[in-house]
Amino acid sequence: MTQAIAENLPSSAPPPEQGHHSPTTWRTFFSFSEDHKVIGIQYLVTSFVFYLIGGALAVGVRAELATPEVDFVSRELYNQLFTVHATVMIFLWIVPAGTGGFGNYLLPLMIGARDMAFPKLNAVAFWMIPPAGVLLIGSFLVEAPGSGWTSYPPLSLVNGQVGEMCWIVSVLLLGTSSILGAVNFSTTILKMRRPGLQLTQMPLFCWAMLSASALILISTPVLAGALILLSFDLMLGTNFFNPAGGGEPVVYQHMFWFYSHPAVYIMILPVFGMISDILPVHARKPIFGYKAIAYSSLAISFLGLIVWAHHMFTSGTPPWLRMFFMVATMIIAVPTGIKVFSWVATIWGGKIRLNSAMLFSMGFVSMFVVGGLSGVMVASVPFDIHVHDTYFIVAHLHYVLFGGSVFGLYAGIYHWYPKMVGRMLNETWGKIHFVLTFVGFNLCFMPMHWLGLQGMPRRVAEYDPQFATVNLICTIGSFLLAISTLPFIFNAVWCWVKGEKAPNNPWNALSLEWQTESPPIPTNWVGEPPLITDPYAYGTKSGRKSIGAIRGSDLWAAKS
Amino acid sequence: MNIPTTILTLIAGVAITLLSLWLGQNNHLLPIAATDNAASVDGLFNAMLAISVGLFCLVQGLIVIAAIKFRQRPGDETDGPPIHGNIPLEILWTAIPAVLVLGISVYSFEIYNQMGGLDPMNHSGHIKPAAQIAMQPESMTSGLLAASGPEASGDAAPQPNFAAGVGAKPGEMAPADMTVKVMGLQYAWLFTYPDTGAISGELHIPVGKDIELDISAQDVLHAFWVPQFRLKQDAIPGKTTQLRFVTSVPGTYPIVCAELCGSYHGAMRTQVIVHTPEDYELWQQSQLALLEGVGDPQAIALASVSAASKTDSEFLEPFAEAMSMDMTPEMIHQIHAS
Repeated sequence: MTQAIAENLPSSAPPPEQGHHSPTTWRTFFSFSEDHKVIGIQYLVTSFVFYLIGGALAVGVRAELATPEVDFVSRELYNQLFTVHATVMIFLWIVPAGTGGFGNYLLPLMIGARDMAFPKLNAVAFWMIPPAGVLLIGSFLVEAPGSGWTSYPPLSLVNGQVGEMCWIVSVLLLGTSSILGAVNFSTTILKMRRPGLQLTQMPLFCWAMLSASALILISTPVLAGALILLSFDLMLGTNFFNPAGGGEPVVYQHMFWFYSHPAVYIMILPVFGMISDILPVHARKPIFGYKAIAYSSLAISFLGLIVWAHHMFTSGTPPWLRMFFMVATMIIAVPTGIKVFSWVATIWGGKIRLNSAMLFSMGFVSMFVVGGLSGVMVASVPFDIHVHDTYFIVAHLHYVLFGGSVFGLYAGIYHWYPKMVGRMLNETWGKIHFVLTFVGFNLCFMPMHWLGLQGMPRRVAEYDPQFATVNLICTIGSFLLAISTLPFIFNAVWCWVKGEKAPNNPWNALSLEWQTESPPIPTNWVGEPPLITDPYAYGTKSGRKSIGAIRGSDLWAAKS
Repeated sequence: MNIPTTILTLIAGVAITLLSLWLGQNNHLLPIAATDNAASVDGLFNAMLAISVGLFCLVQGLIVIAAIKFRQRPGDETDGPPIHGNIPLEILWTAIPAVLVLGISVYSFEIYNQMGGLDPMNHSGHIKPAAQIAMQPESMTSGLLAASGPEASGDAAPQPNFAAGVGAKPGEMAPADMTVKVMGLQYAWLFTYPDTGAISGELHIPVGKDIELDISAQDVLHAFWVPQFRLKQDAIPGKTTQLRFVTSVPGTYPIVCAELCGSYHGAMRTQVIVHTPEDYELWQQSQLALLEGVGDPQAIALASVSAASKTDSEFLEPFAEAMSMDMTPEMIHQIHAS
């Protein structure tokens, strides 16, 4: 078996420029910092604030749905609530937190680089997010968009220009930010690795980020194109998508989903990567099937590009095309299954530390499996014709994006918080947070499967009274979910100031980001970064040593 | 208690299999199946549910057992065994899901074909609507023209193009027994019966007949969904989409708009009444009488739509007033336009 090999090769990386970086204070986080670690934390904190806003909007939606009648908000406001909720959660929380937040913070540390390939571009990418978010949320003061996050024409063309333009400009800004980030991630991974580090020696998070970046680069420009054409229809009276003038609304759906289905993988791939890096550390076992997991990320990335029309099985899509997209979608279950089974095999037989990071990771695998299985179901055209645009889909997507992505993001925060902040999070509060989130999540979203199967469409402010009881259960679950964020916020804020000081490598982990100080100095390492060729060598001799205590030169071992 | 692990694994496997199969048959998760094909879709769902329950129990069971059995014991700071992979095992868990999804794909394809999803007449390259009208029996043609209004019948105005929905069963070349034109508009459904020229706000169809719905939309996207039929089809402005089916159980079922169409989207509901043949005959007579008595399809349409919103009082009562105020000008506009 491979041993953890660390080398101290001569590096072409520039020498540390201590004078270039001023010491990191709280002011740094409000500045145009070019330090990838500062930018990563900027992304995480900003997107978490938007997560709370998006969550508040969701609570508004669920409060309305507590009863079958329209009584809590107006119908117009209800449509605006779920439209902005979805847009915020996707474009301002999961995408920036998963790729921008963790990607920025971890990638250079994991591959032994001192910063990202384009630090200035990195800062520009981040600073596009706050104005875009303020524009989107601020639209409530004037007129918020209310055509759903899909913004299908013709509805989006008749629903009010101001709100729709706010949505388009905001999403265009966020998409641009995402593209700039992806340029940086892919260049950094391909070109900035510490000399000697092979692609197949990188932690799996890097593979996941490479796959996600490819998706962003290929698909986001198509969304931008669709939105620009939509804005022409809206503002200039063109008829690209407007059937009243001979336009074709279904073409918009194709262009929209060409991005927005891969967007699901943009949101889940980085989390897959994080889980692959968290499970081995706390189960004290090497990742099971490194290459299978790495290549399945690439396979998901490729397949993710050719399944978009499964969102359009009732949109008049030609029969044979529906069959193609059905089979392509089903095939994604294979690489995804490989990952899930590999994760289970990773923890099987380990010495599992059941801390908050591990609980959220195991919760992630459990909940994501539910979303994956219902995903195979809705890929089947005859069944999807029944459940498309119903609460079954709402349940499915939240099992993937909340049970999947958000559980994974929480796992990542619990795992890397000591590295980022230099203090430990409180475990008791973490476990309370996990239990509340897990119970609230399932209470909120599990019954929605039944609602959709029985006949409740999504995006409705009023519904058949026979669904009242089950909807009330969902609403209670959503309130519990809202409450579940409180112990986390308290924990994260309190421990930032008063938490127990974290050692450099509190989890005794082998990957490179743990082989430096907590938090790392601006240049990441004093001198050369150590080269760890197997970040998963748990259970071997060098794995048993406290690797955090040793430098790269001490770890010089036989080269393969 | 010294049962070998292999026996325990076997028992667990049998238990999970039995549970999955039982749940697959006895889940009662879907509403009543009121068309011939709805039962086939339910069979597909039950099969997928059984597989999903089995896989979920397997993964979930392994995670829970691992969390208990392999949890760190106090004071144990050692690592687990350095196992990096197992090629046969990895091939196995690549192959099994691959076979499963292939099986589900083939099964779905079969059901989809049986439903009429692959009907060669039913895609965008299909016969031009004008030709189709010419091909149809004389009575149908006049009915269609009558229903589409005086302006449309006069000129060869650009016909909407057809997009795919669910068409005839494989091998079925004959036209449907009955065609109803369905128009979605903010926020109601209008049903036009070319046979009689009647227009209604609820869909009335006879049980056991081959029904074709030609669905279009006036303003924005809508989607026609009857949960008990397991059928849904978007209504797209500028296009006609099709649903073809045979109902099997008489009754009254909800018609739900499933595509976000504006602020009253949730209120855009009506019902389909699947009549016994005798009942349908009676209903048709009443419509003909109405037509003769009034002689104005527009008035009938208005009467029936407002009637629809009244009979649906259980659901629409709280906002029936707002609805009719909101709707009436739209209705009139729609009828004049078509």
